[in-house]
Parts: sequence; C-alpha cells; structure tokens
Amino acid sequence: MGRINLTNIDRAYGRMKILHDINLDVGDGEMLVLVGPSGCGKSTLLRLIAGLDRPTAGRIEIDGADVTDVSAAQRGLAMVFQSYALYPHMSVRQNLAFGLENIRMPKGEIDARIAEAARMLEIAAYLDRRPGQLSGGQKQRVAIGRAVVRNPTAFLLDEPLSNLDAELRISTRAELAALHKRLATTMIYVTHDQVEAMTLADRIVVMRAGRIEQVGRPLDLYNAPANLFVAGFIGAPRMNLLPVKVRSASGGEVHVEGPGELSAAIAADGSTLRPGDDATLGIRPHDIELSDGGKGSVEAQVTLAEALGPETVVHATIAGDNRLVAVLKSQGIETHGRPISLALPPKRMHLFDSAGLRVASR
Amino acid sequence: MSGVVTFLTRRRGGRGWHWTDVVSWLWLFGGLVIMFGPAVWLVGSSFKTPAQLAVFPPTILPYVSQQAAVEGYDKPLTLYRVKLPDGSTKVLAEARRVGIVAQMVDPQAPNDIVKINIANRQPVREIGFATENYTEPFVHFDFLRYLRNSVFVTVMATLITLLTNSMAAFALSKYKFRGRDLTMLLIVGTLMVPLSVILVPLYSVVGAVGLLDSLWGVILPTVATPTGVFLLRQYMLTIPDELLDAARMDNASEWQIYWRIVLPLAAPALAVLAIFSVVWRWNDFLWPLVVLSRKELYTLQVGLNTYAGQLNVQWHYILAMTVVTMIPVVLVFVFLQRYITSGIAGTGLK
Repeated sequence: MGRINLTNIDRAYGRMKILHDINLDVGDGEMLVLVGPSGCGKSTLLRLIAGLDRPTAGRIEIDGADVTDVSAAQRGLAMVFQSYALYPHMSVRQNLAFGLENIRMPKGEIDARIAEAARMLEIAAYLDRRPGQLSGGQKQRVAIGRAVVRNPTAFLLDEPLSNLDAELRISTRAELAALHKRLATTMIYVTHDQVEAMTLADRIVVMRAGRIEQVGRPLDLYNAPANLFVAGFIGAPRMNLLPVKVRSASGGEVHVEGPGELSAAIAADGSTLRPGDDATLGIRPHDIELSDGGKGSVEAQVTLAEALGPETVVHATIAGDNRLVAVLKSQGIETHGRPISLALPPKRMHLFDSAGLRVASR
Repeated sequence: MSGVVTFLTRRRGGRGWHWTDVVSWLWLFGGLVIMFGPAVWLVGSSFKTPAQLAVFPPTILPYVSQQAAVEGYDKPLTLYRVKLPDGSTKVLAEARRVGIVAQMVDPQAPNDIVKINIANRQPVREIGFATENYTEPFVHFDFLRYLRNSVFVTVMATLITLLTNSMAAFALSKYKFRGRDLTMLLIVGTLMVPLSVILVPLYSVVGAVGLLDSLWGVILPTVATPTGVFLLRQYMLTIPDELLDAARMDNASEWQIYWRIVLPLAAPALAVLAIFSVVWRWNDFLWPLVVLSRKELYTLQVGLNTYAGQLNVQWHYILAMTVVTMIPVVLVFVFLQRYITSGIAGTGLK
C-alpha cells in the first residue's frame, strides 16, 4: 500500500509563503510527477512528504494514518536526491546497507536484499567501490538501489536525472519506467523537464508559485490545458498564444478575430464571454499547416526556418510583433523575410478568457 | 653536485642575473638562515660541554680540545698548536701555565720545557659530542616520568578537543536555531582574549573544582578551542545537507549522523586540528607551570625549567632536553604537513 493524501498544506518561511493550500491525493502504485519551473515549490512539497520539513498548516496522511508530525525515518518512505547524496566514505555495499543496519535488520537479510537490488539494477560489479570511483549513471543506479533495498511504501525522487547527460537521461528514464512497472510501488517524481513528466507520469501535477495549476493524465494536460500557464508549459515547442478579440459568442461557438486577418469560429462554450472581450487563442506548433492562402489562413513573415529533416520549424511573425512557431511536415521552406501562408485549423485551437482560464470546449 | 649548483643558481629566463634573481636568492637564503640557524645552533650546542658553551666566539659545531698522555705527567695534557720564535709551528702539550706564559712540552720529548706566550698558541680542537648531556638526564632527571605526563596530557587533551569541538561545530554548521550566529561570534570572539588575561580567574575556577595540582587541571581548561570550532565548522559547511537528509531518510539518529556521516567526512579538518592540538599541548608551559606544584606531575616543558636554578643555569642539559622535546613536534610536521596545508585550504574554499 502506498496512498498519500495531502490536505490544505501550507509552508511559509517567515513571511515568505512557499506553498499555498495544496490538496493532493496520490493513489497506490501511481507514478505522480510534480512539474513546474524552478522555485515553484515542488521540491519543498516533496520534502514535506518525506518528513524532512514540516508544513506550517495542513495534514499529511500515508495509508490513512496522519503522519504530519512523524519523523522522516518513521514514515517508511525512500528518497532519491538530485545530487544522489551517496555517502562518499562508504563503499556502494555500505551505502546500501546503511539504512538497513539502522533498523537493526539481520545481516543475512541485508545481504539478500543488497544482492537482489544489485541484480535488478546491474550494480553487482562495483559493490565494493566508493562512490567517487563511479560514473554519473552508476551513481544514479546506486542511489536508486539505496531506495529500493529499503522496500519503502513509496519512492520520492527529486530531479533524479538532471545531473546526467542527455543520452544517459533518456535510457535511465526508460529504466525508471520499467522499474516502476516491476515494483508497482507509489512514486512521486519531481522534475522541471516536461518531457520527463509526459513520458513517465501516470498523472502530472503542474505547479507554479506554490500553487497547483492542474492535475491530470499527461495527454489530458496536453489536449486540454486548464489555463495559459499549463498550455505554455506542457508541450515542446511551446504552444503559440495570440491575443484575440471576441466578436460573437454563444453556447456552442465563439467567433474571434486576431492579428493578421485571423478569424476563426471555435467550438467552445462561450456563455461567459461577451462580444468585445479580450481573449487568448492558443494553437500548438504541430497543428499549424502550410496553406495556399484563402479563407482561414494567416499571412506571416518567416524570420527563421530550421530544417530538421522530417520536419521544419518555422519561426514567423504575424502583423508585426506577434510571434508564431510552426512545425511543418514539408521541407524546403524559404527562409528570412519571405511571406508564408499558414492555416490554423479551428478544431485544434484552444481559447482562454481574459483571466487566462480555458474556455471549455463544447 | 653539478645538479645542486644548477638548482641553486637557477635564474629567470636562464640568461644573466636579473635583479629579481638576486633579491629572491637573498630573500630565500636569508629566510633559511633566520629560520634554520637557531635550530641548527640549538642542536649543535646541545652536544657541547659546559666549558664549550662558554667559549667566545661561539661555534655552531661542538668541539673538544685534544689531549694526549705524556710521559712523566699523571693527567693527560691539552694539546696546542704553537708558533715558535723561529717562525715554525708545532703541536705541544701544556704542562702548566703561569700568568700569560705557558710551559709546554713536546709529547715526543717530554723533558724539554718550552716557555710560550699564550697569545702564540691555539688549542687543537676536533669535533666531539658530549653525549652525556643526553644520557645524564635520563638517569638523574625524571625524564621518563615527565615524558609520561606530557604524553598523557597531550593525548587526552587532543581526544577531548576533537570530540567537543567537532560536536560544537556540527551543531553550529548543520542546525538552524535562534542565536546560532551570535554563538559562533562569541566563540570566535574569545580568540581575542589571551591566556594571561584570564590566568587568575581560571586559576580560581580550577582551584574551586579541586583540579589544582592534577593533570586533569592542565587538560580540561584547554580543550575548548575557538580555533578548532571555527576550523571544523568551516569545513563542515562544505558537507552537503542532502547527505544528512539522506541519512535521516535512512533511519539514522542525529547521533549516528554525527558519528557515521559528518565525522568521517570531516577527517581532513580533524587531522589538522589534531596536529595543532598536539603541538599546542606539547609545548604548553605557562598553564601547567601554574597548575602543577608537585614535581612528579610536571610535564616535560615544566620539568625542563628545573634546570634553570636561581643561581646557575645548566644550559647543557636544557639544550639537550629541548632537542628531545622538539622531536615529536618536528616528526608531526614532517609527516603530516601535507594534511595541514590541504586541510587549511579545504576549510576556506571548496
């Protein structure tokens, strides 16, 4: 079992409030990814769950038991740190054994657990080395191994891949996903990399400035971001956001007009919008297509075209200073200063009201 | 040999003597003489007899006058290199001396007495070591007892210093509490108070707790050193907090974190403090002199002081025993200076 419930969690350092009223339920065996820009409070939240820090207000429960005032050691969780935090003066084997010795586990069982973890993580070959003699990837495995041998109710991972090089990060990410599948233990994973979040998570929690912006399955966040921040944060390259004016709105369709003769009828619940309201139109770069002019297309000036082979990333501006990025499937886009005609399919558009909240699709 | 010459005359750019070459050579050579001169003189003089110590001008190396047994004289006679009136020089033995005239005999022909003005002769000297300066104190002076006291004081004081200072440094570097920085400031501030200022109050305190005239009275007041706390704290600040958090997640108690994580990782700084502490406690003189009054409790440094009496000072013994008491400190520096430099560097920047 590994259910974790957070209720009305606040954390303040003096007058500075880091977390505002966090409510979160983590299901048993779930891989929950906390994602957000640096300084958004995601690591603080993880430390609160770990018990390394105490909330100013609120309640933390693990499997229904209130652990708000229980020490880190008693919570039965294991943590993987960003810097790995391996004890440099101990061998890998001693690193793995340290936590088990502290709970006075019999020597035989410690050895069995280490052997099992070493086999699973393929670290058996360097059990007698010191962390200083290991590469970054090997240290990472040992850090995970130290969590695994504890057989915890849940794993807490604090940006575990951020110190690895790009290639290793991708392979370790896949291994982590496989490990989660095999252990079927709850994992809470903190990252600022939305690609990691998308690929690993059962559910993603997007945080900003100490608040939860949206919780949902990766594709739900991608397809229906709740607000401008989530829309901009999830997905790469970022979603294009264009300022538009509402021309007419009804229960089923919202007609908007924007820069560069942009005009679109979006199927959305426009009952809260009035004609003349400011709104923001969002469209993902991959959803933009090349067009031969005509209705529903906009004219843009190309400022840069990056030919990647399978696709071309076009940076353009509409009507002066509205930037637009489009990922087009074709090759041979003319670069710099040339006009281009782009089609923005209304079905793929996201509409946000003047407060930045999503206008629900119909 | 040519390698040594090349090394000593190495110059900037390799051609000609730039003025900076001359200055740095003089500077380094002067430093060598100033720093090593007294030590060499001390070691040399420690092998001199009392008579030799009084010779003017003083010499670096110990010499003894050469003597020879001459037929017809009971005692061996001192040999002199004599300049005879005819201009030749000859080695003669002194039979007796009257005023400025010495009656000399040739050891080969003991019956002819030659009268020589003492200005015309030089004693024949050769290098000789008065090793009895070293052997005598071991027999008559309680060297071994003093040594035992000194070793006891040094070892116990160092162990307690390391333990208490590292615990203070751990708290001051790894826990956040109200008044932490003020506490640190106060501790470092005590560096400005010299021993002589607090000597009298300290004596009353030690007297009040009944530690006068005991080795613990020498040890305990010295174990809390601001330098040690500062040194260790600065080093411990470089130990990442994540390690402590990891240990907390690993069910380690705060004591285990200190004992099994922080202490082993602070080993370089501990080594430096241990070296310092050994040197300080070994060389301590004033405080043990004040606290200890029974002779059998004296440490080496205080014991040495007994050679300096009110009426005469037995320099030859003092010098010899000073050399002996210097040996441990010198050994510590020779073998551990690597740790001192790296440890001090590590506590500041890293």
